[in-house]
Amino acid sequence: MTHATVLLRPKTRLTPAQWIRRNLFNSWGNAILTILSVWLTFVLARGIIVWVFTTAEWLVIRTNLRLILLGQYPIAEVWRIWLSAAMLSFLIGSTVGVWGWEKTRPVTRRIWVALASLPLVFVFTQTDSTNRLWLAALSILAVAGWFLGRPATRPLRRIVAIGWFIWPAIFILLLRGLTPEEGWLPLVGTNLWGGLLLTFLLTVVGIVFSFPLGVLLALGRRSELQLVRWFSIGYIELIRGVPLITILFMAQLMLPLFLPTGLTIDRVLRAMVGITLFSAAYLAENVRGGLQAIPRGQFEAAHAMGLNGIQTMGLIVLPQALRLVIPILVGQFIALYKDTALVSIVGLLDIVGIGKTVLAQPEFLGLQREVLAFISLLYWVVSYAMSYVSQRLEIAVGVGER
Amino acid sequence: MATTNPQTAKIPVWRDERILKWIAQIAFTVTIIFFAELIFSNMAEGLSQQGTKLGFSFLQGAAGFDIAETLIEFSRSSTYWQAFLVGLYNTLLVSIVGIIFSTILGVILGVARLSTNLLVRWLSAAYLELMRNLSLLVFLIFWYLGVFLKLPRVKEAIIWPGEIYLSNRGIVFPWGLPTETASTYRTILLVAVLAAAGVGFVLHQRGKRTGKSPLTLLWSFGVFALIALAGWFFLPTAPYMLEFPYVDGLRIAGGKTFTPEFMALASGLTLYTAAFIGEVVRAGIQAVSRGQVEAARAIGLNGFQTLRLVIFPQALQVIVPPLTSQYLNLTKNSSLAIAVGYADLFYVSNTILNQSGRAVEMITLVMLTYLTFSLLTSLFMNWYNQRILLVER
Repeated sequence: MTHATVLLRPKTRLTPAQWIRRNLFNSWGNAILTILSVWLTFVLARGIIVWVFTTAEWLVIRTNLRLILLGQYPIAEVWRIWLSAAMLSFLIGSTVGVWGWEKTRPVTRRIWVALASLPLVFVFTQTDSTNRLWLAALSILAVAGWFLGRPATRPLRRIVAIGWFIWPAIFILLLRGLTPEEGWLPLVGTNLWGGLLLTFLLTVVGIVFSFPLGVLLALGRRSELQLVRWFSIGYIELIRGVPLITILFMAQLMLPLFLPTGLTIDRVLRAMVGITLFSAAYLAENVRGGLQAIPRGQFEAAHAMGLNGIQTMGLIVLPQALRLVIPILVGQFIALYKDTALVSIVGLLDIVGIGKTVLAQPEFLGLQREVLAFISLLYWVVSYAMSYVSQRLEIAVGVGER
Repeated sequence: MATTNPQTAKIPVWRDERILKWIAQIAFTVTIIFFAELIFSNMAEGLSQQGTKLGFSFLQGAAGFDIAETLIEFSRSSTYWQAFLVGLYNTLLVSIVGIIFSTILGVILGVARLSTNLLVRWLSAAYLELMRNLSLLVFLIFWYLGVFLKLPRVKEAIIWPGEIYLSNRGIVFPWGLPTETASTYRTILLVAVLAAAGVGFVLHQRGKRTGKSPLTLLWSFGVFALIALAGWFFLPTAPYMLEFPYVDGLRIAGGKTFTPEFMALASGLTLYTAAFIGEVVRAGIQAVSRGQVEAARAIGLNGFQTLRLVIFPQALQVIVPPLTSQYLNLTKNSSLAIAVGYADLFYVSNTILNQSGRAVEMITLVMLTYLTFSLLTSLFMNWYNQRILLVER
């Protein structure tokens, strides 16, 4: 939509009437289109507003909100989730501080401020004082992280980057627990993990584990070793040629058969394996795109400097290639987040699975629209936020520029 | 990067790249084979404990379940293999319907996204943003449970203009009922298609020779319509009778019924994929340089002509590869039919799996089938892509 204007347009101020005539009614076809669009917008907006504010019965959401968000995670242990969220909030805050706060535009800054104060808004919806405290802590930690990250020095950046790598591990450890029953951090079985929590968890695990696997496969596909290359190509094309649901079924039904007798892995873990194997193939293709974009001179220069193959890849080529494909990778992670809904088909209680159980309760029969609209909203908001933030981030760190 | 430098002969074995590469390959292969063997032996042991052996002979057994929607003859006493075929055809049906309609809607959305009309542009953008951030599975379930099953009962069915009945038992369209001359008419239609193709080919060749646009599409469509109409009226009785649906007690009789499951899946996949195709089309159009549009305007083409004759042929090259992957995605996503209860390949295979307990065989079979779809689509689209590549001067 960028117009390559050679001559500068004379500056004229249009009255609203002129503007409307010029943009919306400049020809017969456009006039008809405009009227149709207005009508369509009106009908849709009226239908949605009437439904949301009068017809829909939102009590089902309010009653089951905890179930939808956290599944059946024990109430006494919910602090672990809060703690993980607090760490994440701090990490996000410091990341924003460390990476080019100075360069971000005022609009973007306002969005970040709004995001940081979002938990404070929810404080007023909560009646429980612990929840209120935690929510307030989320905001405060985000701001604290931002403040600490302001100096934006190199070592600080490194620490934040390491934080992002460590956080998923801490998150999973906290959720799962360490000690049996009576201990300080009792184990919480995966059968109790559910709702949005499980959806997030599957996404995080999928991203964390499929990333190295995908990079390895991408390297394998470009390897000089023929057998490695064939294997990588075979794996990538096989996985990309079948739907995720078949892989999830394979993970649920066939994986137990592949393991030695006596060794069993639980259902959530099986789903994680399936999602990771699936995502890795797609990731590999994206990373390969980045690798192909690196000019040959980079390899040659690295060799000339006396770096060996692994060093060339790890220090010269991969960092550039990955930086090139960040937008695509974020897009893929969003897709992964949306795809985790499929685990509900193999019987896990993620948001969709929990939604089904809510709808099965006799007092909430017939409220499919309300429950599913709310779940859709959860998916929509998170995906949209992720894609928006990634777009901003691309501009901030200058992806694609050299 | 094997070098032919004579000095390499002096390199000791443990530093010779060629030998090291061979060792690496052998080590890799041995590892893979070892793990494959381990998996296979574990599986064989597990299966022998269950008292089963791998093999596909069970597919000849009687299915023993019903399928609501079939394109071929099927009953309880049919074999598992026939059930599998029913699922296969249903998947093909829903995929083809989805591909056709999502392409149409996607192109409209992509063009609208770049419209000069602000409102149209906004509406299109809003639709794309809405759809692209939804989870397809949730959308399909919502679409099925929240929209198609919430339609009124048969007695209070909504009637759309053109006698289309919408109820929670499905959507019923008026449909042509074949009479005794229908088979003759089908032959006539075939002749009409061949004639139209012939006319089109001749005109296309002439157009290439003379450089004038001979309105190929219009003429060949005219020939087709002429023969088809002539055939219709020359036959002693009309080959098809239009049958309108009507409410008959608790059901709707006449016409052609599409079940809520099929409609929800087909329209849901269409609406979802169209958003992605819209983005692909938009990117393709934007890839055509602005000078082309200005040049087209300068030689006097109007907006639609510019789009059809100048922008699309060039945009198509950018569009086709990502479009292929959207088609493949749609086909693979049709496996979500299991969430709305439409008897597609995956749904039927899952039923077979549960009935026969043959997990390994069925999952392998399903995966191979989808893989074949993917490969065939890729091959076709690659061929098409080769065809539309502009001839560089």
